[in-house]
Amino acid sequence: MKVVNTDVVIIGAGGAGLRAAIAVAEADPTLSIALVSKVYPMRSHTCAAEGGAAGVVKETDSLDYHFNDTVSGGDWLTDQDAVDLFVNEIPKELTLLEHWGCPWSREDGGKVAVRAFGGMKIMRTWYAADKTGFHMLHTLFQTSLKYSSIKRFDEYYTTDLMVDDGVCRGCTALEMRSGEMTLFLGKSVIICSGGAGRIFPFTTNGAIKTGDGMAMAYRAGVALKDMEFVQYHPTGLPGSGILLTEGCRGEGGLLVNKDGYRYLQDYDLGPPDPWPRLKAMELGPRDRLSQAFYHEQKKGRTIPSKWGDVVHLDMRHLGEKKINERLPLVRDLSISYVGADPVTDLVPVRPVVHYMMGGIHTDINAATPMSGLYAAGECACVSINGANRLGSNSLGELLVFGARAGAHAVEYVKTAGSMERDSLIEKQAADAESRIKALFKRSGGKQRVAALRRDMNMTLEEGCGIYRDENSLIDTCTKIADVRARYRDVRLEDKSNVYNTDLYQTLELGAMIEVAQTVAISALQRKESRGAHQRLDHVTRDDENYLKHTMAYHNANGDPRIEYADVVITKSQPAARVYGGAAA
Amino acid sequence: MSQRTMELEVMRYRPEMDDKPFFQTYSVPCEEEWVVLDALNYVKDEMDRTLSYRWSCHMFVCGSCGMVINGEPKLACKAFLRDYDGKIRIEPLHNFPIERDLVIVQDDFIEKLESVKPYIIPKQEKPLSEGEYLQTPAQLKAYKQYSMCMNCLLCYSACPQYGLEEKFVGPAALALAHRYNMDSRDVGRSAREHVVASHDGIWACSFVGACSQVCPKDVDPAGAIQQVKFSSAVDYLTSFLPGGKR
Repeated sequence: MKVVNTDVVIIGAGGAGLRAAIAVAEADPTLSIALVSKVYPMRSHTCAAEGGAAGVVKETDSLDYHFNDTVSGGDWLTDQDAVDLFVNEIPKELTLLEHWGCPWSREDGGKVAVRAFGGMKIMRTWYAADKTGFHMLHTLFQTSLKYSSIKRFDEYYTTDLMVDDGVCRGCTALEMRSGEMTLFLGKSVIICSGGAGRIFPFTTNGAIKTGDGMAMAYRAGVALKDMEFVQYHPTGLPGSGILLTEGCRGEGGLLVNKDGYRYLQDYDLGPPDPWPRLKAMELGPRDRLSQAFYHEQKKGRTIPSKWGDVVHLDMRHLGEKKINERLPLVRDLSISYVGADPVTDLVPVRPVVHYMMGGIHTDINAATPMSGLYAAGECACVSINGANRLGSNSLGELLVFGARAGAHAVEYVKTAGSMERDSLIEKQAADAESRIKALFKRSGGKQRVAALRRDMNMTLEEGCGIYRDENSLIDTCTKIADVRARYRDVRLEDKSNVYNTDLYQTLELGAMIEVAQTVAISALQRKESRGAHQRLDHVTRDDENYLKHTMAYHNANGDPRIEYADVVITKSQPAARVYGGAAA
Repeated sequence: MSQRTMELEVMRYRPEMDDKPFFQTYSVPCEEEWVVLDALNYVKDEMDRTLSYRWSCHMFVCGSCGMVINGEPKLACKAFLRDYDGKIRIEPLHNFPIERDLVIVQDDFIEKLESVKPYIIPKQEKPLSEGEYLQTPAQLKAYKQYSMCMNCLLCYSACPQYGLEEKFVGPAALALAHRYNMDSRDVGRSAREHVVASHDGIWACSFVGACSQVCPKDVDPAGAIQQVKFSSAVDYLTSFLPGGKR
């Protein structure tokens, strides 16, 4: 087995991983960094983020406003110390990106422009047309090339964390072009592997968003926190699930039902006029908008399509010039995929799984409870997002906590002392390799990857969607446990070593099943409605019993063990979430 | 839903077992709104687990799924089946070694990307406390188009010069160098010049323009290369003037 000795191992080279790598390189150029990713950095899913990144920069804005929007947007399940830190740090991080060349859209005088976003009281979302994540990712990737201490291992699929007496000491990864197992021995490890939207059948997430890093930390004993909170974005294209940014509504787009009626006014988000009004109607938070769709559908006021029911996003009044300038990708995607030109046509949309609020449990330093192990970005749960993330807070999160993970990993490495190769780690690495070899050797496996994945996808959508109840969740938990059992008999059909995507899809499916189980069990046990977790059988928020983080711990042979942890409340006591005219 | 059966002729090559690439045909029941990538995913899930190709976002931004489709370099997620008759031939991108099936080896491109120093080289570091650099919409526009490249490599597949001479730095990397040269925050042009204006840089381009034709993001690398040629030629000529470098 090939061995790579390094100071810091970073798993994942999207926005958070690249930001962490640059932070380590800047803090101490003598430290060696192994940046390990299953895809080339520019393929990472950060590239698909469209709308922007929120950060206080205009005179009319304040850090308190951003704090309050984020805490109430998260239905008070956010940790307020983390939010405080986040809103303070993010303007600096966005400015840093500007210095590194990010092509932010500008005002006439040359200052960075901002746009409106859902649930935000003030226009504070920095954007680069409707390709903000793309430009941030490429800026970070290209900037990372300045630092000789960052050594990339592109197209390496990480399989397991190496843990010695409760201390994380590295990971094993398969080099995809050869199939060779490599042991990365590191004094610290930062997981930046992104979300897990692919556990659902209808998602904005790319094929690579399979929760590998979440599952790896979870199997190693670290809790996955608040996994029941899954964000549905209200405006996905039907059929493909392609995202149309909230920026469509930030720029003035309207949502109408089959009668051309702006239905959001019926769900405590109105009145519809005057428009635009921040934190109202189409600029409400994502959870509330997706829930409103569900009710419109129940009332028979949505529009049937071959890909299921839809509502219409109306951008026609914005005009061609503004659409081309601010929303060019949206126009391209809409015309190509559903044959609707936003300049002249209504665009059909429906809610689509977009983001995991939950993830690997970390503190505000991006440190997990396991010594030497850090996590940042969508794979982590700090938590600044609580029960519902506000649009344009995640691009900021990956910068602030990616940088923080890097900085704290450096501090940790300095105190970690020298690292001996020991027999325990070598045995773990050999075991990880043996598990892969066993997959190759297994004959007669009956379970097909595509069938297992479909069963997992469908039961999550049916039982664990925008609205859930006891019966639907019990059914989903049972079916996922069944899928998990059947996975033990999964069949690998391609036994070759070079870029074997049958193997990687099989391993990804294993990760997704573990993650899916935490989502369903955590949802079953949270008997209240809060943010993106809505129970038809427990319709109100229950602060007495559930103002707590769900902590799911791995159990090799059964359901995850669920515990609860306190929410950090500093200056904002839980109150009713208010949107619409009353929020003014 | 209306379906039709498409014949996918897919180039296969598994280095551990195949002496040379060959075509394998799959008859795929396709939905009318599908793209070529959806058809490949159907093959992968339902017909042949051994077929390998790269893909992720399915929305033309990650640049993973470049392949040659009926002779044209395309993103498989942007190649709509409605634009094809019943048979589609799918090959890996040209001008690169094949790693496996439709997966190409892209080390050479990554090295070239790194060689053009694709990052801001500022006149002097500006402290964060001084805020952002001012950049007017006109200054942004001067380089914005060249910042849209997603490194999908369709242009390298289409480039006849890269096909003849792999030392050629190539369209995407040169366009990216131009992107930074044109950025009002950057003064790194001379630091990039030894690669960009070298024998294997802009001067190797024969201006066929195939790169710009196949670019799914209208980056226009050919236009970028022409602009760089012009400014480098001006530099060269002015170096002979009084006060010039020579």
